[in-house]
Amino acid sequence: MDLRDLYQDIILDHGQHPRNKRAIDHPSHFAHGNNPLCGDKVTIYLKMEGERIADVSFEGRGCAISTAAASLMTEILKGKTVVEADTLLRAYTAKLTGSAEPEIGAELTDDLDRLEPLSGVRAFPIRVKCATLPWRAFEAALKGGALGETVKTE
Amino acid sequence: MRVLIGDAHISNDLGAAPDVEHRSIIRIGHTRVKDLRVARRHDIRIHGFTRPPLRSTSVSGDQVIANAIGSLLPVERIIRLAHTRGAKVLIDGCQAIPRMKVDVRALDCDFYAFSGHKMYGPSGIGVLYGKLALLDAMPPWQGGGDMILNVTFEKTTYNETPHKFEAGTPDISGTIGLGMAVDYIEGIGRERIFDHEEALTGYGVDVLSQMPGVRLIGAGQRRFGVLSFEVEGIHPHDLATILDQHKVAVRAGHHCAQPLMDKLGLAATTRASLGIYNDESDIDALADAIRAAQAIFGRPGSAR
Repeated sequence: MDLRDLYQDIILDHGQHPRNKRAIDHPSHFAHGNNPLCGDKVTIYLKMEGERIADVSFEGRGCAISTAAASLMTEILKGKTVVEADTLLRAYTAKLTGSAEPEIGAELTDDLDRLEPLSGVRAFPIRVKCATLPWRAFEAALKGGALGETVKTE
Repeated sequence: MRVLIGDAHISNDLGAAPDVEHRSIIRIGHTRVKDLRVARRHDIRIHGFTRPPLRSTSVSGDQVIANAIGSLLPVERIIRLAHTRGAKVLIDGCQAIPRMKVDVRALDCDFYAFSGHKMYGPSGIGVLYGKLALLDAMPPWQGGGDMILNVTFEKTTYNETPHKFEAGTPDISGTIGLGMAVDYIEGIGRERIFDHEEALTGYGVDVLSQMPGVRLIGAGQRRFGVLSFEVEGIHPHDLATILDQHKVAVRAGHHCAQPLMDKLGLAATTRASLGIYNDESDIDALADAIRAAQAIFGRPGSAR
């Protein structure tokens, strides 16, 4: 396994210059994700308009993998419907863990391809949680609304 | 002997929990000792410990060497001061026991605990030393075979110390393994181990402190066996993954010492632990691997 397969340029770029790393004032949904083993923390903010994600952002501290995963996630989820986001979440998780990927529509293929660089974590099992933490927090935000729930990797 | 403490923690009715604390211990206590603290970033000082808030019922625990950053802290003084306040002292000597001569009577500690896996022995077994009078006065904490002397429907008589604390089938294989580990360490000699690790730690400090973008935690302190550091712009977990691929095994994280990490303003550090099997070439390999990580991340100190 070459380290550059894990630390591809897109990961390093988003890890060092994350997009949408900011709070959203009065978010309709938000949730926190913690990895107690490593101390990484992420908060996902959503502004929903009906079934559509009008805005999504994150704050937190973490490694290059988790920061890049959060950054890429926000870029991809903006404008998506809840159903589309859920499909991407399941496909992404399957991709990272090597389990069977659900069928996705052609309209989401490009988005899933953009997440491909993160699949490098498959060769580093201990880092899979880094890449899934922001998505799990996103999932918790969708379910918990403005409750601000916390999900943990452990 | 100079032995210092990394931390303390306390019993449940009265906590004294200095920041250098191991988290597993802090859970036992409820209150934190405000007199013993990390004075400023990367520097552990002991302040005003002349009035430790201890009561006669409390047990305070101290590490001899801070597990997270390797600093040596003054154990003898803390034991003495705690005793003047009527407190009992439990020393967490896990880091000290494999590399220093430890004389529990000279220290006058009331309890001393260490674990097998920190001294090249098996996991799952450890040792708790206690002054006999204190152990005799303590009730058993667990029921099972061997901890009773005689049982009738009317009365239970507990076995003598230490058997009353060793309920059930003992960890026989672990005990044999731990005995082998003790023989192994004694065979090499703690003085040789101490000298080797002191020299190696010094070499590690020299090498790491000269590397651009690398910052040792607790710089300037007397340290032992542990090099805890940050590399600018690279998260400890990314660094650990890269070092691992270069066959250098380190630990990244908060080292179960989150209060200390919070005090230092760090989420995590990377920690290299040295042992009798390490030599200077391992430090050089660590330095090379750090440079490789800096190259990947395009950080200062990298070759490109």
